[in-house]
Amino acid sequence: MRTEAVLAAVLLAVAACAPQRLPAAEEGAARFGADWESWRADTNVADLASVQRGARNFVSYCLGCHSLKYERWSRLGADLKIPGTLLEQDLMPPAARAADYILTAMPAADAEAWFGKTPPDLSLMARARGKNYLYQFLTTFYVDPGSQTGANNLRLPATAMPDVLSELEGLKTAVFRSEAHPGAPTEQVLDHFEPLAPGRMSLAEYDGFVRDTVNFLDYVSEPTQLERRQLGVWVVLFLLVFSWLALLVKREYWKDVH
Amino acid sequence: MTVKTATGSAAALPKAGAGSAGKRFWAWLNKRLPVDEFLASQVTEYYAPKNFNFWYYFGSLALVVLVLQLVTGIFLTMFYKPGEATAFDSVQFIMREVDWGWLIRYLHSSGASFFFIVVYLHMFRAFLYGSYKPPRELLWLLGMLVYLALMAEAFMGYVLPWGNMSYWGAQVIVNVFGTIPGIGPELVLWIRGDYGIADATLNRFFSLHVAAIPLALLLLVALHLVALHQVGSNNPDGIEIKEKLGADGHPLDGIPFHPYYTVKDFVGIGVFLVLFAIVVFFVPTFGGLFLEAPNFEPANPISTPADITPVWYFTPYYAMLRAVPDQRLGALLLLLAIVAFLFLPWLDRSPVKSMRYRGWMSRSALAIFVVSFIGLGYLGMQPALGIYVIIARILAALYFLFFLLMPFYTSLETVKAVPERVVYHAN
Repeated sequence: MRTEAVLAAVLLAVAACAPQRLPAAEEGAARFGADWESWRADTNVADLASVQRGARNFVSYCLGCHSLKYERWSRLGADLKIPGTLLEQDLMPPAARAADYILTAMPAADAEAWFGKTPPDLSLMARARGKNYLYQFLTTFYVDPGSQTGANNLRLPATAMPDVLSELEGLKTAVFRSEAHPGAPTEQVLDHFEPLAPGRMSLAEYDGFVRDTVNFLDYVSEPTQLERRQLGVWVVLFLLVFSWLALLVKREYWKDVH
Repeated sequence: MTVKTATGSAAALPKAGAGSAGKRFWAWLNKRLPVDEFLASQVTEYYAPKNFNFWYYFGSLALVVLVLQLVTGIFLTMFYKPGEATAFDSVQFIMREVDWGWLIRYLHSSGASFFFIVVYLHMFRAFLYGSYKPPRELLWLLGMLVYLALMAEAFMGYVLPWGNMSYWGAQVIVNVFGTIPGIGPELVLWIRGDYGIADATLNRFFSLHVAAIPLALLLLVALHLVALHQVGSNNPDGIEIKEKLGADGHPLDGIPFHPYYTVKDFVGIGVFLVLFAIVVFFVPTFGGLFLEAPNFEPANPISTPADITPVWYFTPYYAMLRAVPDQRLGALLLLLAIVAFLFLPWLDRSPVKSMRYRGWMSRSALAIFVVSFIGLGYLGMQPALGIYVIIARILAALYFLFFLLMPFYTSLETVKAVPERVVYHAN
């Protein structure tokens, strides 16, 4: 009997330690030697003000090229507690109706001609790549005269996206150092970023701007997530009470088994 | 009231007022359908050993998960739209716009993983107490067929959301059939219905997932239960309780399944549902194990995910497939790894069933087997590089040695004496 109990415990422990799989690491991560694990978004989707600011940021800076094709304006208004008049005045494009999906006005064919590929829909990006990835992506643009857009990115090297947020963040270059590995080609590893020109925001302000935007994209990737967690507490509590009652019933019945 | 029959004698009819309307209806029903008889033979008069322990919850739990998957699946089918152009969008529609769609979908997607957790623990129980040994060989084989049907069901279900991992996972697994000598390439074409994983593939997988395989599963599960009730349940001591009958003709160590095990199983169901709800409501992707991150991007034939890995419940076999440099041999190994289970009743020569009374050899072999299975499962999620492949080869060898050497270690070792009656501690 004891052996079985130990086996059960071991199996449960193994299940608990199940490896956590992270979103696919890009090839550039190793090359630049940055410790992405410590570069975390640390956002909280329950922080409504932050998500609201993120929605404003998205409409001002992302919607020009990127859609949220699974999210309706009305849903956004309801979930983010934005009154209808404010939603229509400040967020929605003039021609849009509340029941419309949040779509960019940029025609896909033009986008492809201009950037080489259509900018991806961002509805699910926070779930596909992870919110840390988005945070890392939006904070590691640097000036690279060799690239077509004049900018490159540490998280997604050779990205087709121009550094559209540089007006806020300012311009920076990346300073690399060579790192020799025995038996392998020398690697270029990021040493530090060098500011070139200031933007309209301080570094701290820009960091907050990116976190709010990422937080908003996290919300959009699963609009029901807050409701899911809130409901979950009650469901688990109910099931605990149910299990306890079931145990009492079982004990009562099993009294006469000897 | 009397009715004259042909011979003129009065035929007895139930008197009006004899029992309530409900009772009369029940009698009416039973005359036409053996409801009472069925309930008696299957639950109230089905005697199960009284010494079931923790490991005996997983049979009833598997049934609970089966029902859960059928019910949630029916609701998902109302909104899911198979087809290259519609599948991915319709899943997002379910997740965002269908009332409670997100809950139904998470119940179904988490249910798939929990089905395998429960079934693997259920199978481990059989290993632990020799439940596949005579007279339960057929019960074991039917259970293995359930497992095979479940694997097919899960694989096809995983393709339906039409995410990028669905697409590439299907590509890899369907191509395994291409290694069959002679007919391979034609067979793959026949399975896909196209030259690649495409609309035709998605639609036939949908048909098989919602109709054909669930029907097969239900039939096999029913047969599995009928076979179980025919031979009777094994127990942690591996003692046949039917051999020690009391004066009333019932097994001395048996108790009626209902009410004893129905009330006990409800405790198991409650605890199971607590764990299940924690996953569904708080970690539905389970860190990428139950829902993989690349599957939140639509299927893209020109963009391969960084690592193509099947869902966790297939990774032990996937690791074996990749451990062999030759693709055809790898596929053969994968097939053998699954088929090996079918031979278990005839490979095991031990005079006792339960691990409680077996020697150190059987115990060590089982421990090594469990370690190799879990280890391979882990390696199947890692990139097939360097040391991982070498460890996978060692673990695959141990996996097969467990089966191949079983006739020897089970007959060579000294076993303990099995008691006359089951060991039971009232609590």
